[in-house]
Amino acid sequence: MDRPTWVPSEVDLTRPSAARVYDFYLGGSHNLDVDRRMAREAIAMWPDLPAIMQSNRAFLRRAVRYLAARGVTQFLDIGSGIPTVGNVHEVAHEADPQARVVYVDSDPVAVAHSRAILAGNERTLVLHADLREPDSILDDPSVRALIDLQHPVAVLMVAVLHFVPDEDDPVGAVARIRDRLAPGSHLVLSHASAEGRPEQAASHRQLYRRTATPMTMRSPAGIARFFDGFDLVDPGLVWLPLWRPDEPGASHQQPHRTTGLAGVGRRG
Amino acid sequence: MSTAPQTRDGGPAGADGALHRWAQRWSAAVAGTSYVPLRPEEVQALLLGLLRRLVAAAAGGAPADVDGVRPDGVEVDGPEIGRADVGREVDGSEIGRADVGREVGAALVDAHFTNPRSLSRTLAVLLAGDVHCAGNRTGWQLLVAAVAEGFSEALQERALREQQEILEAAGEAREQARQALQVSEERFRAVFEGATIGIGIGDLDGRILEVNPALVRLLGYPVEEFRRRSVRDFMHPDDADRVWRLYGELIGGARQHFRLEKQFLRASGESVWTDLTVSLLRDGEGRPRYQLALISDVTALRQLRRQLEFEAHHDPLTGLANRTMFLRRLDALFAAAQPGDRAGLCFLDLDGFKAVNDTLGHEVGDQLLVAVAGRLKSVVGDRGDPVARLGGDEFVVLVPDSSGSDQLVTLAEEMLAAVAEPVQLPSGQVEITASIGVVERSVSGIDPAELLRAADMTLYWAKTDGKSQWALFEPERDARDLTRYSLSSALPAAIASADLLVHYQPLRRLVDGRLHGVEALVRWDHPRMGLLGPASFVGLAEQSGLIVPLGRHVLQVACRQAFAWFGARAGGPFVSVNLASRQLREESLVPDVRRALADSGLHPQQLQLEITESAVIGTDPLTGHTLDALSDMGVRLAIDDFGTGYSNLIYLRRLPVDELKLDGSFLRGLACDGEADPVDVQLVASLVSLAHLLGLTVTAEGVETRAQAELLSSVGCDAGQGTYFGAAADPAAVARLLGLI
Repeated sequence: MDRPTWVPSEVDLTRPSAARVYDFYLGGSHNLDVDRRMAREAIAMWPDLPAIMQSNRAFLRRAVRYLAARGVTQFLDIGSGIPTVGNVHEVAHEADPQARVVYVDSDPVAVAHSRAILAGNERTLVLHADLREPDSILDDPSVRALIDLQHPVAVLMVAVLHFVPDEDDPVGAVARIRDRLAPGSHLVLSHASAEGRPEQAASHRQLYRRTATPMTMRSPAGIARFFDGFDLVDPGLVWLPLWRPDEPGASHQQPHRTTGLAGVGRRG
Repeated sequence: MSTAPQTRDGGPAGADGALHRWAQRWSAAVAGTSYVPLRPEEVQALLLGLLRRLVAAAAGGAPADVDGVRPDGVEVDGPEIGRADVGREVDGSEIGRADVGREVGAALVDAHFTNPRSLSRTLAVLLAGDVHCAGNRTGWQLLVAAVAEGFSEALQERALREQQEILEAAGEAREQARQALQVSEERFRAVFEGATIGIGIGDLDGRILEVNPALVRLLGYPVEEFRRRSVRDFMHPDDADRVWRLYGELIGGARQHFRLEKQFLRASGESVWTDLTVSLLRDGEGRPRYQLALISDVTALRQLRRQLEFEAHHDPLTGLANRTMFLRRLDALFAAAQPGDRAGLCFLDLDGFKAVNDTLGHEVGDQLLVAVAGRLKSVVGDRGDPVARLGGDEFVVLVPDSSGSDQLVTLAEEMLAAVAEPVQLPSGQVEITASIGVVERSVSGIDPAELLRAADMTLYWAKTDGKSQWALFEPERDARDLTRYSLSSALPAAIASADLLVHYQPLRRLVDGRLHGVEALVRWDHPRMGLLGPASFVGLAEQSGLIVPLGRHVLQVACRQAFAWFGARAGGPFVSVNLASRQLREESLVPDVRRALADSGLHPQQLQLEITESAVIGTDPLTGHTLDALSDMGVRLAIDDFGTGYSNLIYLRRLPVDELKLDGSFLRGLACDGEADPVDVQLVASLVSLAHLLGLTVTAEGVETRAQAELLSSVGCDAGQGTYFGAAADPAAVARLLGLI
């Protein structure tokens, strides 16, 4: 039977993907020519970008270590992207080999790649889902088999909510997840703000219109709203490098240049 | 490390301290060049370990791989560093050394120092290192070169592996999407093929791309023919304009979908009625791309609908219009009637039909009715509305726009002749005659019920005058009959029973259309005569003295109704009740009014009593006293039908009157159609201004048109009453009209 011509294809490799572009910034080769071209254009306009992405990835590592050290054994990484260097499960398993990690992404290529990498690892799971439908994540039978919502869960939304525009109600989606979490659960969040480098932010937003996930940069107050119902742990919502740095007291030159805000909130 | 001697700056002392400092420099140089998932102290420990291996190798061969002779054993010219060929040295220690260098380079890539800058900075730091640590200078350089080789090799490996992985992932994702699509396509196909509703998909040029089997069955064309045809080829000669206007809006993107009933021509040439829904399909960017039509056959449904409608309005025995249909038609005629329009009715009843039923049986009776119906139908033809059977053996023909009684009488005579012809039934020949009541009159000023009552009355005359004949309605005979039927003797029972009704007609302020008040009008729902207006029995009631209990009854009902509608509000709308002159002379009137107000709770100012001019002209002292007492109570007094008597305004000045009601006859010359007679206009204007001079409000009666209302308003008249503002009707209807319920 012929394929009807009016049904569009779901996997479009002619458009750059935010997940693969991020991999390129981190020095990976899990990316295609179209991704690298966009990333190089972005770096030409904004040379700090690779450093920002490294800063973001380092925050993720520090936050997972922080939570693992406090006994959190369930991680739900929403918007996990390409499972590049320094995965959540690798970091979490350093502290507790029994820790369970669910990766969620809406990019079908990122999901396929994650499945290949994690094949055979029974304490991890990859789910193809959209964070705009949080119940479809939390109610997925495979997720429920791995993660028990009666116990604390660390929900990671690292550099993902700025890919959800206001009209899709990201605050509502986060609130929906929060309401289903047990006390002692955490929200780990980083988010691009337009505050640090306004002139770069605008052109960067423009560039991401090429992808399936255009960017929405938010103000610190707008980002803080995601933590409604959570208690921010020290040091609160801060520039990426300032969140519990590995070398306390180390001086970070111009941390605002990362333009990313990061924080971890605890559900009491 | 913690047991080693410490220098002042905190690092280990001696050679190891130098190595530590070197590793620190290296760590600082590569910091930030690549993302490495390690803490800074972990990075430094990693680099220190690598440096130790390099130094050890430089000092005396590779610690782990001393006799690592390469199998190829290729010679090179000397210490010169060729194109990444550092490893191909003749000397065994050189070969081992190069392996260590390559391993160190690969270890950097493994730790995710993947950026070329990580390499360049590494090389710079290593080459700047203390020579004595590394033994001979050239050997150290070769070792460092091997690091670069190992790094490049590992990076290339890693990049190729990752490229392979991402391409496999992309392929896998595509394959999964394809499979998901195929599953959904198969599901869609199954729905498309199996649906009982016809489905067609076309592009925006109207080319038909896909049709499902149900649509093929519905319209009867083979699939190939659909594909050859365009949507516009399915235009039907009877399509309403709006079908293709809606289609154009949809194709233009202005409309998302439309749904309507439309006919299609089948391949066989016959038409089929369908319920058609057409939707616009858009692509991911929202651009219109295709049109989707859902088509189901509703021919049978439409037939059923029409049959049900027919059955609701037709008599199943004879197929004639039934009572419902006839009354609806009659109401429509009155609703659309213009002043001056006339209409006629022939109301036929078979003579002695009961005897036919009783002697020959109901079956024969029914056959006879069917035969009579057929004859009446052919006689009447299109000379009137379709013949209706009201029930039993009663038939009626309504003739709209009649020209006079002659027209109706001719028709009635032909109807009688047609019925009188012997009827041949299976059981034998039957002869029967009929009687007809004929009414032909102007329809303005009366209602359908009045017309029907007159026809019924006239039929009764035809019967009592000997049957097998027609009778023509005569108003005088009607009035005499009303008396003959001893209305007076039946009136006391009517007052006591529910047969006396009060209807209401609104009075509206001309300046803003607000409700001025309602006039209460008594009706008698007579069991034999139908609904009678006051003209039929109030005169009789006055003669017999029954007007007093009748008037009291109306007063009480009207006050209660007004309170229910308006509550007790001094400035609110009033209810206006007519008083006969006989009532004015009764001593009981004032207490009756007081009692009616008290019982109902209505404010006195919300009650208006209407008296005729003649009733107060030459008033005796008692009447004057009564009027004063009513006025003192706060009740409004109005002069009714002003203009029909002496029309003596000056006389009225002495009476405690509040309102003047101008008789409808004043309005005859006022803008019925075309120009108003200037004399009539001036007359009304003068009356209004005189009345205002005396402090009276003026209500014009008999207002039938908007033009009249506007003219009255322009001369300052306060309020109007008449069919333009609403005919008199039962309380429920009036309440609906006034928006009170």
